[in-house]
Amino acid sequence: MTTTLAPATPPDAGAPPTRYRHIQQGLRERLAPYAYIAPFFVLFFIFGLFPLLFTFYVALFEWNPIGEHRYIGLTNFTELFQDPRFWGALRNTFSIWLLSTVPQLLLALGVAHLLNQVRLRAATFFRMAVLVPYVTSVAATTIVFAQLFDRDYGMLNWFLELLGFAHIDFTASVWGSHLMIATMVAWRWTGYNTLLYLASLQAVPRELYEAAAVDGAGSWQQFRHVSLPALRPIIVFTVVTSTIGGLQIFTEPLLVNPVGGLTCGAARQCQTLTLFLYEQGFGRFHFGYGAAIGVTLFALVVIIALINYLLITRIRWERP
Amino acid sequence: MSAPPRKARRPAHSRVSPAVYLTLGGMAFLSLFPLYWMFVVSTTDSATATSLPPRIVPGGNFLHLAGLVFEIVPFVQALVNSIAVSTAIGVGQALLCALAGFAFAKLHFRGRNVLFLIVVLTMTVPAQLSVIPQYLIMSRLNWVDTLQAVIVPGLLSAFGIFWMRQHIASVIDDELMHAARVDGASTWQIFWRIAFPLVRPAAFVLGLFGFVTAWNDFLWPFIVLKSPERYTVQIAIKALQNSRDIDLGLAMAGSFLATLPLLVLFVFVGRRLVQGIMEGAFKG
Repeated sequence: MTTTLAPATPPDAGAPPTRYRHIQQGLRERLAPYAYIAPFFVLFFIFGLFPLLFTFYVALFEWNPIGEHRYIGLTNFTELFQDPRFWGALRNTFSIWLLSTVPQLLLALGVAHLLNQVRLRAATFFRMAVLVPYVTSVAATTIVFAQLFDRDYGMLNWFLELLGFAHIDFTASVWGSHLMIATMVAWRWTGYNTLLYLASLQAVPRELYEAAAVDGAGSWQQFRHVSLPALRPIIVFTVVTSTIGGLQIFTEPLLVNPVGGLTCGAARQCQTLTLFLYEQGFGRFHFGYGAAIGVTLFALVVIIALINYLLITRIRWERP
Repeated sequence: MSAPPRKARRPAHSRVSPAVYLTLGGMAFLSLFPLYWMFVVSTTDSATATSLPPRIVPGGNFLHLAGLVFEIVPFVQALVNSIAVSTAIGVGQALLCALAGFAFAKLHFRGRNVLFLIVVLTMTVPAQLSVIPQYLIMSRLNWVDTLQAVIVPGLLSAFGIFWMRQHIASVIDDELMHAARVDGASTWQIFWRIAFPLVRPAAFVLGLFGFVTAWNDFLWPFIVLKSPERYTVQIAIKALQNSRDIDLGLAMAGSFLATLPLLVLFVFVGRRLVQGIMEGAFKG
C-alpha cells in the first residue's frame, strides 16, 4: 500500500485511489467471507440454536403461553417418566419406525440391485417411477392410504374379503394402525433409498462382478459378496436418517384417523412422540410439559448420533 | 426414455431376464397406483367411492368435487401461498447456500474450518423438537399467521451449504480465482460473474429440493398459520378432511389438486431430482 499524504494540490487525472478508499476496500474484501456466511449463522442462531437451548429452559417451568410461568425444576421430567401416555407414544414411535424401516430398506436393496443391471431397458423410467412417492406430500399420502385401508370400503379389506377373511379395522387396533402408518412411510421413502443404494452400487467396478461370475458366483452370491460390502456405509447412513425421521413422524398419525383427534384414537394406539408433543404444547397449552418431551426427543437424537459415530468409526466410513 | 444412462460395455451375453422387468414393473405399479387411485376417487361421487368392488376407472364428477374444494376452503389462495412460500424458499436456499458454499470453498478467513464444522454438525438436529420456543419467538416477532414465519426459517439449509461448497470447490480452481483478482475483480464479482454461473445447475437442483420439501411441509405451517387465507395447500387438505361428511371424495380431490402441481413439475425435472439424490442424498 502506498503511503501518499493527502495532496494539498488537486491530484492528477488518473491518480491511484486515495488511501482512505484503499482501506475501505481492503476492509470490505476482508469482511466479505463473513458477510457471505452470516445469513446462515444469523438464521441458525435465531431459529435453530436459541430455540433448542430455550427448550431446555421452558421444560423447567409450568408455562402457560397466555398465563404465568412458574419454575418447577425437574417436575415435568419426573411426571413425564411416570406418564403412561409417554411410554405409549415411545412404544408407538419405535414400533412404527421398525415396521417401516426394515421392510423399506430391504426392498430398496433388492430393487437397487435389479436397477443396477447394465443392459436394463427403460432404466430412467423405473428410476423416476420409484421416486414419484417422494414428491407426494405426507398429507396426501396419508389420506389416500387411509382410504385404501378403510374398514368398510377400503381396497385392502375388499381383497381380504375375496380371499375369505374378515374385514380388519386397521385404525382401531394397535398393530393395524402401526402397520398402516408404516406402509405410508415405507411407500414414500423406498424409492429414495433405492436411488441412494443404486448410486453406491454403480461405484462398484463391473470387473468385480465379472470376476465373481467367472468364479461361478450366482446372482445371490454376487449380491452377498460384492454388492453388500460396498453398500455398508450408505446402509448405515439410511438407517440413521430414517431413525431420525422416524422420531419425527407426525402428519400420518394426525391425519390417518380424522375422528381420532390429536391422540390418533381413543386408546392413543398410534400417537407418536412428536404428536404427543404437539398435543401437550398446542392442544392443551402445556408448553413446559411439551418442551420436556422435546428435550427427551433431543436426548434420543443424541444417542442415535453416538451409535452412528461408533458404527462409522468401526467400519471406516468411505463416502465418495 | 429408453436410452440407458450407462454405456453398455459388454455384448448381449447377459440379457436381463423378464422376471426382473416384472418385479420392477410391480414396483413402478405400487409407486404410481395410489396416486392414480387418488385421482379416480376424486372423479366419482360419494356412492361409487364407497362401492365394492372398488371402481378403477375415472368417473365424470371431478369438476363438481373440485368446485366444492374451492368453495369450502380458499383453495386458490392456498395454492398461491404454497407457490409463494416454496418459490421463496427454493430460490433463497439456492442463493444463500451458493454464497456461503463459495466462502467456505474458496475464501480464506479466520475460523473457517471451525465454522464449517458447526454447519455440518447442525445437520443432525431436527427442528421439530424445539417447535414450542420457535412458536414463542414467532409470537414475539409478531409473525404468527404470516407467510414469512414459514419462509424465513425455511431458508436454513446446512446440507445445502455442504452441497454447494463441494460443487464450487470442484469447479473453480485457485488459478481462476487468482487471475480474476489480478484483473481487479472484487470478491463479490468473482462470486456473481464467475462462480455462480458455473454451479448454476447444482444450485438449481438444490432449489428444486427446497421447493418440493417446502411444498410438502406440514407440521410447522400447521402450527404458525392460523387463518384460512394463510393456509398452504397441505393445511387446506387437513381442513377439507374435517368436512368429510359432506363428501368422501372431497379430501381426495383436495389431495389430488395439491399434488398435481408437483406431478407436473416432476415430469419436467424428475430426471434432475433422480440425479440429485444419486449424487448427494438430499433429505426431505
